[in-house]
Amino acid sequence: MDLISNLALGFSVASSFANLAFCLIGVLLGTLIGVLPGIGATATIAMLLPITFQLEPVSSLIMLAGIYYGAQYGGSTTAILINMPGESSSAVTAIDGYQMARKGRAGTALAVAALGSFFAGTVSTFLVAIFAPPLTEVALKFGAAEYFSLMVMGLVMSVALAHGSVVKALAMVVLGLLLGLVGTDIYTGAPRFTMGITQYADGLNFVAVAVGVFGIAEILRNLEDEHDREVMTKNITRLFPTRQELKQMIGPVLRGTGVGSVLGILPGGGAILASFASYTVEKKLSAHPEEFGQGALAGVAGPESANNAGAQTSFIPLLTLGIPANPVMALMIGAMIIQGIVPGPNVVSEQPRLFWGIIASMWIGNLMLVVLNLPLIGLWVRLLTVPYYVLFPIIMAMCSIGVYSVASNTYDLFAVAFFGLLGYVMSKLRCEPAPLLLGFVLGPLLEENLRRAMILSRGDPTTFLTRPISATLLLLSLGVLILVFMPQIRKRRDEVFTESDA
Amino acid sequence: MAYPRLIGALCATTMLVAPAFAQDWPQRQITMVVPFSAGGPTDTVARMVAERMSADLGQQIIIENIGGAGGTLGAGNVAKADADGYTVLLHHIGMATSATLYRNLAYDTLDAFEYVGLVTEVPMVVVSRKDFEPKDFKEFISYVKDNADNLTLANAGIGSASHLCGMMLMSALDVQLVTVPYKGTGPAMTDLLGGQTDLMCDQTTNTTQQIKGGTIKAYAVTTPERLELFADLPTAMESGLDGFDVSIWHGIYTPKGTPAEVNERLSKALQAALADEGVIKAMADLGTAPSPAGDATPEALKTKLETEIARWKPVIEAAGVYAD
Repeated sequence: MDLISNLALGFSVASSFANLAFCLIGVLLGTLIGVLPGIGATATIAMLLPITFQLEPVSSLIMLAGIYYGAQYGGSTTAILINMPGESSSAVTAIDGYQMARKGRAGTALAVAALGSFFAGTVSTFLVAIFAPPLTEVALKFGAAEYFSLMVMGLVMSVALAHGSVVKALAMVVLGLLLGLVGTDIYTGAPRFTMGITQYADGLNFVAVAVGVFGIAEILRNLEDEHDREVMTKNITRLFPTRQELKQMIGPVLRGTGVGSVLGILPGGGAILASFASYTVEKKLSAHPEEFGQGALAGVAGPESANNAGAQTSFIPLLTLGIPANPVMALMIGAMIIQGIVPGPNVVSEQPRLFWGIIASMWIGNLMLVVLNLPLIGLWVRLLTVPYYVLFPIIMAMCSIGVYSVASNTYDLFAVAFFGLLGYVMSKLRCEPAPLLLGFVLGPLLEENLRRAMILSRGDPTTFLTRPISATLLLLSLGVLILVFMPQIRKRRDEVFTESDA
Repeated sequence: MAYPRLIGALCATTMLVAPAFAQDWPQRQITMVVPFSAGGPTDTVARMVAERMSADLGQQIIIENIGGAGGTLGAGNVAKADADGYTVLLHHIGMATSATLYRNLAYDTLDAFEYVGLVTEVPMVVVSRKDFEPKDFKEFISYVKDNADNLTLANAGIGSASHLCGMMLMSALDVQLVTVPYKGTGPAMTDLLGGQTDLMCDQTTNTTQQIKGGTIKAYAVTTPERLELFADLPTAMESGLDGFDVSIWHGIYTPKGTPAEVNERLSKALQAALADEGVIKAMADLGTAPSPAGDATPEALKTKLETEIARWKPVIEAAGVYAD
């Protein structure tokens, strides 16, 4: 079979001593920068780019890919330990992961995240290997109308993210949408809500907003009540999940992998949706939805698997079309070009060693990550015992460096401060930051694709219903909406009944 | 203690260096600002050239990506930087078009910089989705004119190379197509590959591999001469579209007041880099070529910038689209 000989070729390339070493360096570096709050894969890869020129093309790409998924991995560590997601995908992990940590189950959360990610990484790597070309065809069928409907579905799902009031969650989504509008309108060139500051012409920086509303706000809350944090470290009973907990994670991990693999293929922001979508699915299927937001195991296992699966399958458009799905992929294209390999539809056939070598290295890299990270869990958890007056200034400094390094823009630091304050106020008002972040990420995509679909259809709104994929997605959103509101309505009716009984 | 002596020695060195500044330049690493994000086509050009220039200058050139607002943020930073030769800017055609596209620039394009030289002029290709009907560019012209109302023209956002070339195409054909802006070349190309849009005009750096792979169709090149890479593609000009000459030229600038000797030295390093086999090959892979040594000079870049500002001003004003 072709596939087997291809994979064999891939593994022979990836398991050469040098390539194994570069893969290890990549995942190590990735884990490290992922763990440092605020410093993302984009900045690191940009800094390392010149070094890779001296390497073999395969080695350099294996290393860069390692940094990318290593950072995804490390990013969940900070999300769980200090409520500081560095990437949009780990924002969801922060919701329940951090609550688990607060209850002394940080070790369990980290182990579940690591094992879930490994499983998802393994499965999706094989998906990439087997289905890359046909999946690309599917991705190309997604035009503006389809993306719009997909975003609608994502926003509807976001309501399920809230574990308190639905109205407040909606308010946060809308606030997020508005914040997402800051910047230059791509259709008219008009600057919107930039207050005349050119530095905001390209919009607010995601990392700045996320670090602010999650991380800085959390620091402010912790400083307010030092006692709260002590509980976190004193209650640690065990580092690894029990057999029963392992059994509990099987379902969420499988579903998360499926959701993530499918959404990761779509180049226009599909991967962003993966962890959000998985969280919604788990909450809906759970026998104890009330646990979500209070430290539900499935709320970590599902989204973590989904985001890792999405991270792997988002290589498909890069490798088969030469089109980057996100800024990290754009950097990898830059690296390939400088190496004299111009990414495009022919890479698979012209550079089989490169293509299959990278795919095989992804699997090896995921294995390394899990071997590397399981023993590290003890160390990370011990990090929580560092006195907070030492820990929080370090976190603040790392955040600021990380945010600044994304675009060398001082205004991003002002944004961190502002959103930190906003996040603190929000927590006082019992509003959740996750729906805000989702609105912030999806809002611009929703608007962009809505307007593009309308331009392409010459102003005919039925385009969303006449295109089959788009119509299906809209129907699904309607279904989700009903599922979300049904229990609410039923509960209210029950409440009314109990009251009248009394 | 050795420190006082060391400090004394350092002071002495500084005093010695000051008057003879330009001769002793460069003493430390040089920052090359690229006003776009890392990994993009301009960044790639900068990194190719910077590596070779470093070798010639004997000092490392590091790339700093200051993206945003169509390259005007990075250019603005360099305009304000110390004119000591340790900050340089690599910018493309946007340097000239932003002078008109942005009505409130923080700097005066023609007055804020000194010039080092032209780096490369990347040709552009008129491309379409792969099942677009016309067989050649002659048919293309008449087909587009007849079906203007039903065709869509994609671009990578206001001020982008594809936007500029698209404006030029419409003005040369005297048609108004429905333009569909995207956030960057990637998504615009994806939709063209998927047949969601009909036409685009973009740099060879972005289109070459797709054309070779047969996933999109190429009709004409936008330079006065045919390309070695696509010898059978006609130029737009030879097909009767007068004045349709668009290329994405890249130049290196320094802040106003940088000593002429320093610019000359940078220019020499640039010429050396552009003559390097590796650079020539890397550029050829992307469908472009280094600028000839005669163009990699301060005078040539100054002339280019002035003529291009004048040439694009009416085109942009006629389209009535501004980026602010």
